[in-house]
Amino acid sequence: MMCLGIPGEVLEIRDEQGLKVGKVQFGGITRDVCLACIPDIALGEFVLVHVGFAISKVDKEEAARAYATLQELGLLAELTSDAPRPEQPP
Amino acid sequence: MKYLDEYRDSTLAKGLASRIAALVTKPWVLMEVCGGQTHSIVRYGIDRMIPESVELVHGPGCPVCVTSLEMIDRAHSIAARKDVIFTSFGDMLRVPGSRGDLLTLRSRGADVRVVYAPLDAVRIARENPGKRVVFFAIGFETTAPANAMAVFTARRQGVKNFSVLVSHVLVPPAMAAILQSAGNRVQGFLGPGHVCAVMGYREYEALADRYRVPIVITGFEPLDLLEGIFMAVQQLEAGRVEVTNQYARTVSRDGNRAARDLIFEVFEVCDRKWRGVGSIPKSGYKLRYEYREHDAERIFEVDAIETQESQRCISGLILRGLKKPKDCAAFGRECTPQNPLGATMVSAEGSCAAYYQYGRYLEAGKGR
Repeated sequence: MMCLGIPGEVLEIRDEQGLKVGKVQFGGITRDVCLACIPDIALGEFVLVHVGFAISKVDKEEAARAYATLQELGLLAELTSDAPRPEQPP
Repeated sequence: MKYLDEYRDSTLAKGLASRIAALVTKPWVLMEVCGGQTHSIVRYGIDRMIPESVELVHGPGCPVCVTSLEMIDRAHSIAARKDVIFTSFGDMLRVPGSRGDLLTLRSRGADVRVVYAPLDAVRIARENPGKRVVFFAIGFETTAPANAMAVFTARRQGVKNFSVLVSHVLVPPAMAAILQSAGNRVQGFLGPGHVCAVMGYREYEALADRYRVPIVITGFEPLDLLEGIFMAVQQLEAGRVEVTNQYARTVSRDGNRAARDLIFEVFEVCDRKWRGVGSIPKSGYKLRYEYREHDAERIFEVDAIETQESQRCISGLILRGLKKPKDCAAFGRECTPQNPLGATMVSAEGSCAAYYQYGRYLEAGKGR
């Protein structure tokens, strides 16, 4: 949960009980993301997402480069942090 | 280990490194504030590309690391309750408190769940009306809008069984504390890019002015970091003190206004204790009075907590840039990511953990 936004592409925008949310694609992973603080977001645009919350827009080239660096740094774990995993023995 | 030689923009990187070398006439000490930047510097060996006279020290930018032991113990005692579903970001689960970590507690039957997003915890609360769902709201300013939105949404939707245990920390007061501390060596900062994407950098202008220290708001990619170092050294060599923005493609002076409004709708500034450092005035967020019904500290009155930290750990000095991991006798020996003694080793993004991950424990004691 490092202070890093992960760039992804907005695939869907919808209203969920008054909250603007959407589907955002990061590489092979798609997640629900809150878009409430990106007022002018449109489908196909890219956003920086931190813990399921979009904090700013980015352009496509920037998104691709930043994503590649995060991948090299091994810093994409946030996206799958809630996946079930085997318990470690105490 | 992959160093900058193999980096896809290595020609540009080498060009920047030689421009830094051509600029430097005196020794300088720069601190990068953000844990992501530390990770990138150690991963790509950026500290070894630049002249030896420009030293990079690593700041306190890991929210998991600096969450106080008291707060972790408080989380532990709330999570142990039968009526509670305790939710958290994954990397808080392994952080040892005085009475063990949350993962161990879960293996003993406590309902502790990892969430990707704070809003997921609100959903869990809606789905489990018979339980009290507590979210461990930690983080720097980058995480604050997401955490604020969870509380804001719970209140608006009347999800009364949702509360947050807030342990938010703020970057600028920590920078001020470092600059004020006895023996401070930091002469310039690489400011945290994604924190400023939310907050903008007006607060940093006041800091630069007051402490006469250049601050360059910087991204986390290798070229960003090298350019940030170049811009900071340029100011230092010329005797200038300004806030400059290397990361303008993502950061504006005002940041994300909607996100900031959301933060201050839900949170207000408070004093905060940092693990390894101690209490720093006005360095955190707590819930506003209007949101007290969602305040886990108020709902679960947790008794006075007595904490115990390792006497051998020097993480307080590392977090303030006074020491590096290799200066610690326990680093890579008694203290490893599997058995961390203190703050900077407890999370993957701490400086000690980053050094350990990239094999620098093998060379502890062999120079920088």
